[in-house]
Amino acid sequence: MGVEGIGASVVRKEDRRFITGKGRYVDDIKLVGMTYAHFIRSPHAHAKVKSIDASAAKKMPGVVDVLTGKQIVDDKVGNLICGWAITSKDGSPMKMGAWPAMAPETVRFVGQAVAVVIAETKNQARDAAEAVVVNYEELPAAADIRAAIKPGAPQLHPEAPGNVIYDWTIGEEAATDAAFKAAANVVSLDITNNRLVPNAMEPRAAIGEYNEAEEHFTLYTTSQNPHVARLVLSAFYNIAQEHKLRVVAPDVGGGFGSKIFIYPEEMVALWASKKVRRPVKWTGDRSEAFLTDAHGRDHLTKAELAFDKDNKITGLRVKTYANLGAYMSLFSSSVPTYLYATLLSGQYNIPNIFAEVISVYTNTTPVDAYRGAGRPEASFVVERLMETAARQLKVDPAELRRKNFITQFPHQTPVIMAYDIGDFGASLDSAMKAIDYAGFPARKAKAKSEGKLRGLGVSCYIEACGIAPSKAVGSLGAGVGLWESAEVRVNPVGTIEILTGSHSHGQGHETTFCQLVAERLGVPISQVQIVHGDTDKVQFGMGTYGSRSAAVGLTAILKAMEKVEAKAKKIAAHQLEASENDIVIENGEFKVTGTDKSIALPMVALAAYTAHNLPDGMEPGLKEGAFYDPTNFTFPAGAYICELEVDSATGKTSFVNFVAADDFGRLINPMIVEGQVHGGLAQGIGQALLEGAVYDSSGQLVTASFMDYTMPRADDLPSFKLSHTTTLCPGNPLGVKGCGEAGAIGASAAVINAITDAIGNNKLEMPATPDRVWHAIHG
Amino acid sequence: MSTVKLTVNGKAVSAEVEDRTLLVHLLREQLNLTGTHVGCDTSQCGSCVVHIDGKAVKSCTVLAGQAAGSNVTTIEGISKGDELHPMQAAFRDNHGLQCGYCTPGMIMSAIDIVNRHHSQGSGGKLDEATVRHELEGNICRCTGYHNIVKSVLDAAGRMKVAQAAE
Repeated sequence: MGVEGIGASVVRKEDRRFITGKGRYVDDIKLVGMTYAHFIRSPHAHAKVKSIDASAAKKMPGVVDVLTGKQIVDDKVGNLICGWAITSKDGSPMKMGAWPAMAPETVRFVGQAVAVVIAETKNQARDAAEAVVVNYEELPAAADIRAAIKPGAPQLHPEAPGNVIYDWTIGEEAATDAAFKAAANVVSLDITNNRLVPNAMEPRAAIGEYNEAEEHFTLYTTSQNPHVARLVLSAFYNIAQEHKLRVVAPDVGGGFGSKIFIYPEEMVALWASKKVRRPVKWTGDRSEAFLTDAHGRDHLTKAELAFDKDNKITGLRVKTYANLGAYMSLFSSSVPTYLYATLLSGQYNIPNIFAEVISVYTNTTPVDAYRGAGRPEASFVVERLMETAARQLKVDPAELRRKNFITQFPHQTPVIMAYDIGDFGASLDSAMKAIDYAGFPARKAKAKSEGKLRGLGVSCYIEACGIAPSKAVGSLGAGVGLWESAEVRVNPVGTIEILTGSHSHGQGHETTFCQLVAERLGVPISQVQIVHGDTDKVQFGMGTYGSRSAAVGLTAILKAMEKVEAKAKKIAAHQLEASENDIVIENGEFKVTGTDKSIALPMVALAAYTAHNLPDGMEPGLKEGAFYDPTNFTFPAGAYICELEVDSATGKTSFVNFVAADDFGRLINPMIVEGQVHGGLAQGIGQALLEGAVYDSSGQLVTASFMDYTMPRADDLPSFKLSHTTTLCPGNPLGVKGCGEAGAIGASAAVINAITDAIGNNKLEMPATPDRVWHAIHG
Repeated sequence: MSTVKLTVNGKAVSAEVEDRTLLVHLLREQLNLTGTHVGCDTSQCGSCVVHIDGKAVKSCTVLAGQAAGSNVTTIEGISKGDELHPMQAAFRDNHGLQCGYCTPGMIMSAIDIVNRHHSQGSGGKLDEATVRHELEGNICRCTGYHNIVKSVLDAAGRMKVAQAAE
């Protein structure tokens, strides 16, 4: 390993612009003649739009136009789509209600846009929006799962009777029922997985720019996957043809899943720019983010675990209701199905699993993937069940887990996934050592003598990352392939550009991807540059989500690198009059083994482009591209243990220690990997203790600002103790697995298991606020 | 509309603003200092923190007119040419940022925290708990704060050395 190669904690190349205020986010961009959009949004959760009177607004200063839902439908702009088809257990397709970019007739959640004001300044647009009169006829609303599935509930979409989108199952029902019948012990739990708001710090923004002469559109947007945005906007939304649309996602201030999807505002900004023949910019504020960014989680689950007399698990039965909100967002259908139920085996050898998932419409913001996407929900179910089982069976929680760990790999679960490799015992050992598990009873007793309630909670998670492979996801209903593409360009002077379809919005690709090249060629990372986030520059890409950038994106770069190296070796051999097989690459030089003959990379590059002296028949230039489609998901896994104290007088939780032992395969940049884990842990702990989107029964989002929705702040969190155990992923040549979501997947159960241990009451829902904890203690 | 005169990053500035214009909007939209960010509507997130006369202030809670006559320093104004401010360097070296959006506000708040504690003499020693408590006005969604806290503590030492050298 060189000092900047794979495995080195290199400080990030991209940081200089961020710490000096020179980042370039969408809202920082100004275009000549730019106008500003302000959306008029429904104050009602469910209503008919009777009329919109914009006559007064149109006369106000600076107003360029006011556009409505009827106009966007009349212009044949397509409805928003969900790109993953799920089939119900009766064989019927999922029931997708129409979702126009602005509602012409019916609004189904608070915040849904009905019209947009375009004006010379942001303030003028905002002022004029006040003067647009929308006449609504309110309809009864179903604001949560229970309300939506009740007989006689308000119906959201005619396509979905009873508000059921699909009723889907996985696993063997009869065999699982039989396992439960034969069980020595059964443990059951009702679990609510609280609804979350992703809250990337940068609110979403979009600029649409229409070039009349070229009939060409450009969209600057806060997106995690600009190419998919271009594909969907052209193929499904009828906004522009793919070759007439450029999508640019520059610096993006966090995504966590919420910026994967295509949103109405992006469609409207593009469409409106053609209407008004000027660039149109929309920048969301935080309230709009709360109301319109896709939310996460929101499950109601009944889960049961069957054990034989030796405490070996014999079956798992799960019934989950998932709230998908008022419309089906781009990936929404896959989250509670193929990203959730397929991970219900956890780290355990469970011979029989049966899960039923019923997704429902409610009059709330659409729900889609949020950090972990389905896997946090699955992990929470399994790890809460395991902890509950240990208490019920009166065995040590770590030992119960260890007894049931999968130890032989590859391992085929009963719910599709084939785990390729892992060492769950090693992670658990590492975490137990870090927290001094054996010493806990003494610490608990000491705390008790001081009047404090101390608890310890374990969580052993597994996730499926690096999504694809394309063939597999296609067979499960995905509308796209999930490969990645890359191009490596060695310039004539020997500097290198890597074009990648992955998108960096905080993950540090600009550094880690360069580390691969530094490792292979032995050049400093300053000689290498990443190009990403612009469909005019990068040929294609599937973006960043599901911890796929290293396992899929970086492997695509590796494949392109191998092609570049093969050609460069041929050129070097020709220049050095040596055999190609004798050429080795070291420290930026191509050397003939066993001799002192060498040629530096820039000279090889120059030779490739001058083409004065290349091998006969060789094409000039030194750039190669590759598409890489993985053969399997990757399976990062780990053990998290949390030790905390609860103040019985106030219900407030304070951390004593939080340890995380993860197996991510090979680490490209350990510093960046650990940073990703810290962030994930904060979100997982946030879900456990603080965060929750709350709707009232009429469908008003009560927590629609940072004053109402509790975001984790520095004082709410501990410093973390991290360690790594390693099994190299056999599914990709780098041996990497993915680390971005782990913390969010594993942390919540560790915290809730610890609090319920501390207070001696297992009935506690997230977020475990002081109020809830106090009531759980005092009844 | 009114004319507001103030000093921004050491330069005298005169701007025509609507009375309702917030300082953050003057900085971002009229002065093109886009390093100062807007992350919320309620002065909760701290992405917009700048210094007014040396003190950290959320520039989304200050009208541009209220800043008239003052010295405003933004993230663009804290390094000396190519030489990073010790707080900037500490954030880079400790991986105290990921997406970078909250970072300018975080750095401006952190400099103020360290300055205040240093000015309290030996009693102003910073520890992790104090840093965590005093960063309460700034939200970061990426880093879990772990490395931000490390960055601030590291910078406190670097700033002390820098101050001693001056």
